[in-house]
Amino acid sequence: MAKKSSKDRLTNEINAGSMADIAFLLLIFFLVTTTIVQDKGILVKLPPWSEDEVDPTKLKTRNVFSVLVNAQNQLLVRDEPANIQELKERAKEFIINPTRRDDLAEAPTKAIISLKNDRGTNYKTYLEVYNELKAAYNELWNEEANAKFGVDYSDEMPIAQKRAIKGKIPFVLSEAEPTAFGDEK
Amino acid sequence: MSKFSKKRGKSTPAISTASLPDIIFMLLFFFMVVTVLRENSLKVKVLTPKATELTKLVHKSLVNTIYVGKPTDKYKSVYGTAPMLQLGDAVSEPKDIPLFLENFRANVPEKKRGVIISSLKVDGDVTMGILQDIKTKLRQSNQLKINYSAKPKGDS
Repeated sequence: MAKKSSKDRLTNEINAGSMADIAFLLLIFFLVTTTIVQDKGILVKLPPWSEDEVDPTKLKTRNVFSVLVNAQNQLLVRDEPANIQELKERAKEFIINPTRRDDLAEAPTKAIISLKNDRGTNYKTYLEVYNELKAAYNELWNEEANAKFGVDYSDEMPIAQKRAIKGKIPFVLSEAEPTAFGDEK
Repeated sequence: MSKFSKKRGKSTPAISTASLPDIIFMLLFFFMVVTVLRENSLKVKVLTPKATELTKLVHKSLVNTIYVGKPTDKYKSVYGTAPMLQLGDAVSEPKDIPLFLENFRANVPEKKRGVIISSLKVDGDVTMGILQDIKTKLRQSNQLKINYSAKPKGDS
């Protein structure tokens, strides 16, 4: 064998052929042990705990939009059966009351939505109902933001603007203690 | 040797794989940056429902997670089939919630305690009974900010 000159020996030291293998190993490790976190959800603020219940008789019926969900996941809106698709529109109409009907809310600041479930209601149905009600408020806030400030309502708005909109149309959703007629699974 | 050496160029030059490690490293860095090491192994089956009014959870360090669902198949023999809750890593009952919240709060600096959010990851088929107990316990421990985890709804 011809003598390798010392110059040659200095040039190819590291065999880079196995770099790909190392990279594959690390990649597979990360693929297996990590998750792409998808943390989104409906933000809710629970009412503070108090031992005594709010007296429901003090409120005028016209200001209360009652939604009941039973263990068969059926809705009863203001004492009549209803469809979940129409819930959002009805809630919006109730809160804003554009035609000033006597059976709807006096003013958006007085409008209260009351939600009551059964212990046997599915969480999926509950979340859909909550989602529709929240969507009703979000759309109303959007319309108000467009009317007052000309922009869409968003969480990044300045606090003063958000406060103005929420002051006019406050999010008041009261959840009552669930009934226990249905079976809990 | 002949003056003209025949070029045996009958095969197209092979694709150079010299840049393969670079591609792999790029993928690797992507995963390292985008993902989070999974902390809790799920002992309950949770398939969150879909919803449209979603807000993103911004400060992940200020979020504690409560999983509610039916036990996974390999835990069915241990825990049965009724829905149960998992606080962080351990299977528990609603009465353990105050302690779990306190432990979490202790690790959070004082000023940020008011921003702590409890993320409730609940399976769609669970009934409201257990959830009501959980919400009552949360209210009693003054943990009022909660987030019902949900997947974005595709346009229907």
